[in-house]
Amino acid sequence: MATIFIDGRPFEVDGDKDLLDQCLSLGFDLPYFCWHPALGSVGSCRQCAVKQFKDENDTEGQIVMACMTPASDGTRISIDDPEARRFRAGIVELLMTNHPHDCPVCDEGGECHLQDMTVMTGHNYRDYRFNKRTFRNQDLGPFLNHEMNRCITCYRCVRFYQDYAGGTDLVAMASKNHIYFGRHGDGALENEFSGNLVEVCPTGVFTDKSLKAHYTRKWDLQTAPSVCVHCGHGCNILPGERYDSLRRVRNRYNGRVNGYFICDRGRYGYEFVNGDHRIREARLRDADEDRPAQPAALEAVMTRIGGLLRAGRVLGVGSPRATLEANFALRSLVGAENFCSGVAAQGDALNREVLGILRAGPAPTATLPDLEKADAVLVLGEDVANTAPRLALALRQSVRQHGLELADRLKIPRWQDAAVREAAGADLSPLFLATPVSTRLEDIASATRYGPTADIARLGFAVAHGLDGNAPAVNGLPEADRQWIDDVIAALAGARRPLVVSGTGCGDRDVLRAAANVATALARRNAATRLSLVTAECNSLGLAMLDPRPLELAVSAGQDRDLDTLVVLENDLFRRLPRQTADALLSAAAHVITVDCIDHDTVARSEVVLPAAAFSESEGTLVNSEGRAQRFYKSNLAAHPIQESWRWLQAMAAVSGGVETIDWHSLDDVTAQCAALSDELAAITEAAPPASQRVVHLRIPRQSHRYSGRTAMHAAATLHEPIPHRDLDSPLSFSMEGYLGEPAPALIPRFWAPGWNSIQSLNKFQSEVAGALVGGDPGRRLLEPGGDGRYFDQIPAPFKPSKGQWRVVPLYHVFGSEPLSALSPPLRSRTPDPYLAIGPEDARRLGVKDGSTLQVGALDGRSLTVRLQPALARGMVGVPVGLPGLAQEALPEWTTLQGGDGS
Amino acid sequence: MTITEKVDGMETPLTGNIRDDGTVLNLKEYERVGGYRALRRALRELAPEEVTKAVTDADLRGRGGAGFPTGKKWSFVDMSDQARHPKYLVANADEMEPSTFKDRFLMEGDPHQLIEGMILSAYAIGARYAYVFLRASYFRPARRLREAIAEAYAAGYLGGDILGSGYQLDLYLHISAGRYICGEETALLTALEGRRSIPRSKPPYPQVSGLWGRPTVVNNVETLCNVPHIVDKGSQWYRNLGRGQDAGTKLYGMSGKVNRPGLWELPMGASAREILEEHAGGMRAGHRLTALQPGGASSGFLAPEHLDVPMDFSSMGHTGTRLGTGTILAIDDQVCPVALIRNLEHFFAQESCGWCTPCREGLPFVERILTAIENGEGQADDLDRLHDYTRFLGPGNTFCAHAPGAMEPLETGLKIFGDVFERHITEGRCSWRH
Repeated sequence: MATIFIDGRPFEVDGDKDLLDQCLSLGFDLPYFCWHPALGSVGSCRQCAVKQFKDENDTEGQIVMACMTPASDGTRISIDDPEARRFRAGIVELLMTNHPHDCPVCDEGGECHLQDMTVMTGHNYRDYRFNKRTFRNQDLGPFLNHEMNRCITCYRCVRFYQDYAGGTDLVAMASKNHIYFGRHGDGALENEFSGNLVEVCPTGVFTDKSLKAHYTRKWDLQTAPSVCVHCGHGCNILPGERYDSLRRVRNRYNGRVNGYFICDRGRYGYEFVNGDHRIREARLRDADEDRPAQPAALEAVMTRIGGLLRAGRVLGVGSPRATLEANFALRSLVGAENFCSGVAAQGDALNREVLGILRAGPAPTATLPDLEKADAVLVLGEDVANTAPRLALALRQSVRQHGLELADRLKIPRWQDAAVREAAGADLSPLFLATPVSTRLEDIASATRYGPTADIARLGFAVAHGLDGNAPAVNGLPEADRQWIDDVIAALAGARRPLVVSGTGCGDRDVLRAAANVATALARRNAATRLSLVTAECNSLGLAMLDPRPLELAVSAGQDRDLDTLVVLENDLFRRLPRQTADALLSAAAHVITVDCIDHDTVARSEVVLPAAAFSESEGTLVNSEGRAQRFYKSNLAAHPIQESWRWLQAMAAVSGGVETIDWHSLDDVTAQCAALSDELAAITEAAPPASQRVVHLRIPRQSHRYSGRTAMHAAATLHEPIPHRDLDSPLSFSMEGYLGEPAPALIPRFWAPGWNSIQSLNKFQSEVAGALVGGDPGRRLLEPGGDGRYFDQIPAPFKPSKGQWRVVPLYHVFGSEPLSALSPPLRSRTPDPYLAIGPEDARRLGVKDGSTLQVGALDGRSLTVRLQPALARGMVGVPVGLPGLAQEALPEWTTLQGGDGS
Repeated sequence: MTITEKVDGMETPLTGNIRDDGTVLNLKEYERVGGYRALRRALRELAPEEVTKAVTDADLRGRGGAGFPTGKKWSFVDMSDQARHPKYLVANADEMEPSTFKDRFLMEGDPHQLIEGMILSAYAIGARYAYVFLRASYFRPARRLREAIAEAYAAGYLGGDILGSGYQLDLYLHISAGRYICGEETALLTALEGRRSIPRSKPPYPQVSGLWGRPTVVNNVETLCNVPHIVDKGSQWYRNLGRGQDAGTKLYGMSGKVNRPGLWELPMGASAREILEEHAGGMRAGHRLTALQPGGASSGFLAPEHLDVPMDFSSMGHTGTRLGTGTILAIDDQVCPVALIRNLEHFFAQESCGWCTPCREGLPFVERILTAIENGEGQADDLDRLHDYTRFLGPGNTFCAHAPGAMEPLETGLKIFGDVFERHITEGRCSWRH
């Protein structure tokens, strides 16, 4: 700690930080542009000027930039000094010489940091009487608008895009007052974090193109805290709604999960909520009708359901993309013994394996700071850049540890970003990858091994054995792997905060076990060891915690003709099971009831369809791959009869008449009953405050105090202002009225503070800049290590190519592999066409090249265009998951190929 | 323009061997006049620290314009076993300062003198690699340096195990892409790395984290050329060369409407009057001197009443301007000061790297106001704003010294030519234009 004096008053601060950081942490309003809490200081904009005094006798002082000045003990500064004030106003005046006066038509208006800072400095009269410079804008693809005339040249965009996110196609060009931030030519920004530029840009150069497609002013958005449903990482988000349609998604800071950034899948995947694929009404068909169910009166539908549930054997199929509460409601409806996971056996086993490993707990799971501060990382099998992009972004920061420590040695403060990066250069801390195919983390990796998953598992087991002789040894390792293994062992053993990353993506249980062994071996020598196991979907881990039966239970029940009614919750069986199997199951079940928000093949085959609320229209609890239970809330009300899945299931229980335990009035009742299932789940009630919580008797308003049109927006239907919907499930209200201060961290519906309309207002909600939200970051960890540190001892045999058969490796794409976001138009345009990846050696043998076609036996002989993947070993083919026409994620292990010249 | 002439009776270590006919001294010729003698002795007899001490004791100050003591600059390089390697020495040969051409003269006439100076300096700081960062448009110096470097390699002055000493140094010539800001030592390093030439914040200084983050020293060409002579003839000898408070000789130049524009090596501390009247032959007929710019475009104007002030770092500081590069521009009464300063500010605005706001946006604002005044469209409060900007864009307020440098001629110009500026505004025209 250090004591500094600001305008004569003493303050306790962190002396290792810069003055701007600490002034903001203390609650002072000091304007800035180029500084960003996640990007550090570079001193370019000169906006955060303060007066610094040598000592108490110094009355002259000197202008310094707060962001470039250490908050060291005894520092004396004045923010209020007239010269400093004039200086700051002068900087804004200069920035404004070229900034257009287009605020009334600017997309950024209302949450523009430049507007806020201009007001803050007091500059309000323009003396500049000359021409402004103008630019030609670029088409940057479906995510971002580009309006360079507004640019104030703070360099944040390129610093985020290149330095932080590893992108290469956004650069600063030209010089003087004509600096241009863009690509070398028109085209979509390639980096999967490009959408963060919307929040990183302090003004309206980079704005949300999806929002522009259905624009509304920011203060007119109805917002509520939510959680991204498009992968297992569980980033916190803020969806915004207007006129019953979802308009955009913005990052919601959670220091433990996603910090300041989310990926583009999370930001732009939301549009499926507004799309044509939504189910908006209850549907019904007669059992013998040969067409999809048709919209029907709710009463008739519920009567039918009552009949179906009362007769015969009912099985429930849950879903890893449905909430704990919805899955629990289904489980309550059909009984634990009839509740299936909704994930095919292989995936189900992997999720259970992850849960088992985390329960045994070789090491705690990694939070965001753990990921970013790891000083040696081993990634086994998982293509994290595509399956958990936010985690990959964190790993990209982890490799900077070496540079930061070097900076300490050279006495360069850690916040001095450009200097630290300069000193570190290309010297990165160790990050080792072993993956079936090449991934987008390779540019920062120390060394990468490619190979079949069995061989990757063997590498992992060998590393574990090298770290601890008690871990089982691997025999017959190829000499070529030796160096890599030794390097990994040395790096992990020498690390202060080692991290092991794996996941269910590569589809091999042994890889997970190998990762567990490495973590166990490391944890025995280093308590700071962390483990991160990526799960595929937003509630994969939560579903596993409910201990469902495998989906194959339903399949075999169908085969045994012991299945009358199948209740499918937010799931498409054709995605989970091979087509024939799903087909057989749906034919075997006499009746199929599906509750879901989007249309798919299972819906088309269902007798009864109930319209479920999408994530932004519902609430519930999800468990992410960290094992953190997180609550999300509705930001908009779905049109009748759409409602939350758990409410449908409750209604079904009511009409079935048989289930006594279902007596729920609000989400809290469901959550509480679900929590009672096990000690592990007991804490899910603490993920967020109960619905009954009030702040000084007030709810938290979902609408901003500047929300407009409230009395007019329904005028076409009624001149009487409707009574706001009463929310039973959260302490939030559907109105402007309520508590306007800062609510509990899990309930923050928007980041705003007086004078701070942009997302930069975050500093007013944090305990310190870039620290936890006041009151603690939301969510509740459910799994902490407590295991016996035992090793898995079954080492798989090395992979052997098979004649005439190819081992299928699932490949993932951040845009396209996740079913909900894949329906979002901006993402659809970034989704690659289906293809078959094949290694160079096999391509030669088969006589195929890039662009040839091959028929894939395991995909019913489907023709796919060949794409060469230089890293793929012989005997393996890569099949992308979820791309158009390749929805099936449960891929067969082996396939034949037809059609190459050489076959 | 005649480049130089020998001045009788004065020691001219830097230019004494340079020939009048514009041809270059090759290796043999350089060796014949004592070249590489200092290097041989140093590698044989002196530890790196002793070379630094000799330079420190000689009071050699940086000839790029800032006048920072060279030995002190070197002393910040980590010479311990823990030092990060490789270390680098860089010769700043980016001489893009308008009206400055002294380094070009040295490189064209006697490139081995620079190379020897670089090897000695690199040895002093333990550098493994050295670069000459050369101005883009210096074609002839590039050619001659390239040839000289090849000669030096062939003779064993560069490469592995130099002269059997075990010391290793590789020297590369890098030709700039051509931006004024590359002359700023940290922007130079960034450019040398192949990136946008944007200055870096100091600290950390290049001696701590320079080229590719490694310990680096950047010295001006003229500075480095002094080093062999200091090592050869001693610090005391060198100190005695200076006439005033600073040591050594200095390459002074003069351009403008003088009778004999040129470049002369004179004792440090010669006065502007001596240079103008004795060496440059005075003003041309019909031209009256109104001011001098003593050391390049980024140095403030010197009023004629200060002609007798010794032109060394310390004395010039008291006149409100600075020695800078010591290549003087004589300004005469036929030139409109507003147009002159507008032209200078146009240069600086154009050469701003665009990194920090006051420089990037402020210089074009200043330029446009000056253009307006020159065109007779000045407004009553324009002069106040220009005055304000000379402080607003001053040292400490901007990221590097570019904008403060640009403000020096403006600030001193407003002082010396204040009445001219006011007349432009009140009369709404430029009286030089008719």
